[in-house]
Amino acid sequence: MKISCNVHVHHLSRVEGHGNIHIKIKGGRVMEAKWEVVETPRFFEAMLVGKKWDNAPWICGRICGICSIGHTLASIRAVENAFGIVPSEQTRKLRLLLKHMETLQSHVLHLYFLAAPDFLNTGSVFPLIKSHPDVVARAARIKLLANDACDIIGGRRMHPTTTVVGGFTMLPDRCQLETLKRRLEDVMTDLHRTAELFRSFPVPDFVRETEFVSLRGNGDYPFIGGDLVSTDGVHMKEHDYKKMTNEYTVDQSTAKWARLSRDSFAVGALARLNNNFAFLHPAARELSESFGLRPVNHNPFMNNVAQLVECVHVTLDSINMISELLDTEWDEPRQAVKHKKGTGVAAVEVPRGILYHSYEFDRAGKIIRSDCVIPTGQNHANIQHDLRGLAEQSASMGRKDAEIELLAEMLVRSYDPCISCSVH
Amino acid sequence: MPVDSYLGVPLHRPKVAFFEFTACEGCQLQILNNEATLLDFLSLVEVVTFREAMTERSDDYEIAFVEGSITRADEAKRLKDIRKKAKVLVAMGSCACFGGVNQLKNRFNNLKWVKEQVYGTFPIESEEARPLEDIVPIDIKIYGCPIKKEEVEKIVTNLVLGKSVSHPKYPVCMECMANENICLYKLGEPCLGPVTRAGCDAWCPGSRFGCWGCRGPADAANVDQIISIMEEHNFSADTILDRIECFGGFKEFAEELKKKNTKSKTKKKRAGK
Repeated sequence: MKISCNVHVHHLSRVEGHGNIHIKIKGGRVMEAKWEVVETPRFFEAMLVGKKWDNAPWICGRICGICSIGHTLASIRAVENAFGIVPSEQTRKLRLLLKHMETLQSHVLHLYFLAAPDFLNTGSVFPLIKSHPDVVARAARIKLLANDACDIIGGRRMHPTTTVVGGFTMLPDRCQLETLKRRLEDVMTDLHRTAELFRSFPVPDFVRETEFVSLRGNGDYPFIGGDLVSTDGVHMKEHDYKKMTNEYTVDQSTAKWARLSRDSFAVGALARLNNNFAFLHPAARELSESFGLRPVNHNPFMNNVAQLVECVHVTLDSINMISELLDTEWDEPRQAVKHKKGTGVAAVEVPRGILYHSYEFDRAGKIIRSDCVIPTGQNHANIQHDLRGLAEQSASMGRKDAEIELLAEMLVRSYDPCISCSVH
Repeated sequence: MPVDSYLGVPLHRPKVAFFEFTACEGCQLQILNNEATLLDFLSLVEVVTFREAMTERSDDYEIAFVEGSITRADEAKRLKDIRKKAKVLVAMGSCACFGGVNQLKNRFNNLKWVKEQVYGTFPIESEEARPLEDIVPIDIKIYGCPIKKEEVEKIVTNLVLGKSVSHPKYPVCMECMANENICLYKLGEPCLGPVTRAGCDAWCPGSRFGCWGCRGPADAANVDQIISIMEEHNFSADTILDRIECFGGFKEFAEELKKKNTKSKTKKKRAGK
């Protein structure tokens, strides 16, 4: 069937930041399919020039409101790598625990508040308060637990305060961790119900062969530091991140784009899962398989399911880590920091994918040059190619305007884009 | 549970809209981060526009909550339009109130260099980061980076009940002492708690992390005094300036301090010669 359609979405809703969708189909032919990013840049990389090293994590955390903890931890790791500081096992565990709780908070926010309304035929979570009170209460319960955990370990849920180069300003009370562990054990019921809810949602049938980039697990499902890997067989060291991202500018976006082996690649929960399936907690892996999600999965809409699987993984892994922490004597919260001239790179898996921070310091510990490569920035080109693919599929299937608009919005949302972050 | 009345008086649920300009959108997220009280909060107001959370939009609103600083001509135009439609315009967070971390790029007085640092030769539109009140009059400010949910809830409740909204005149230091925290200066850390406006319940110092002044100066802030105290504690001129200039609330003091630092540097140079 030959169809014509004109879809224009100005400032797409239920995503972080400002992006537009334009799709034009004429007589069954796709004339235009465009993902446009119009966000205003903030110039973090310039802001930091001349600032002392201790400013970096504090300022860079503010690149993003959703994943400020991830940015702070990436920034800290880059500084520590530059100065040759190796975090203690205790610090490493507490940082990962904090990171896990941010992942849980962010994924649940996306799954319930941003993605679910599309499947429940509403424009937002707000009408669900009346129509599906149990669903909203459950979402609030999981999010509250994750945010409370971030408060306990990071000082607060957004723009954390205890996380510093060298470790933490202070440690949580042991009894707080004991309570947290019990709450995490209890929240598994809510996560299973979340899985049931998402099992009732039809996943749009759309597949486009894609290269997936993430950290490479070394026995564990990876989150903080390590080698870089792609499903096309690329394998690099953390400090070679520039060769992994190859950023460039395009007219349709104030965020830079990235590429590796193909025109575009994808990062995020689905990329992590595609590259590290074997390292998932067995229960998370089982859940993934029950959704038919096995590597390498090329349906971008499955990122929602991958996030759900990761929620289960980080919850179970956190329970284990808290047990280990409670079984050991605790050391001082932080080690002394001695700055020196040099460059440090950090790769950290934040909720939306792999994030890189890199700084170069002079002898006084001041920043000469800084660089941040954001997950959503790496995804923009892939979103563009998916959008075109979806438009072509829609044209051939003769979908109506409203249906195309909803699917296109859902496609972009499935990436859980953090657009203001990508422009930074 | 949501309520329709307070002390028997029926509540008017004002229509509210949320908007964001150049920002991390964290302040809006703080609203959604109020899991324990979100439903009560939503029963107080009728949210008609909140792009980050909902698809429906409306131009009919009474209170506009605006996050972010202004860095592009189209943003200034949009803000003026919001001002026309809103009865009450609330600046939400440090970026909206002072320019926030975004204003750190202004200190180079060289936008061309700033753009080149990030985009090379790619043409990109951006102006100096400005707080909202540089463009339009503001009715209420909610301070902080990020804003604190308890404070937002208090302010919104007051607005709904028709009560006035006021901020503490005293500094963070008083809240910090009331909470019996260890003084950061005793731990060897710099802190702007003695001069920064309270209302955050000493959020950062409570985590043994010195205050960076995100809420701007308290009513009778003696900034010169805190600079001397930091100098007495042997914090470097750079460390002091980093704190004072971070969020834009202490802009005039930062300017003065920079002049002073340049003078003392020239003096030292001359003395060295």
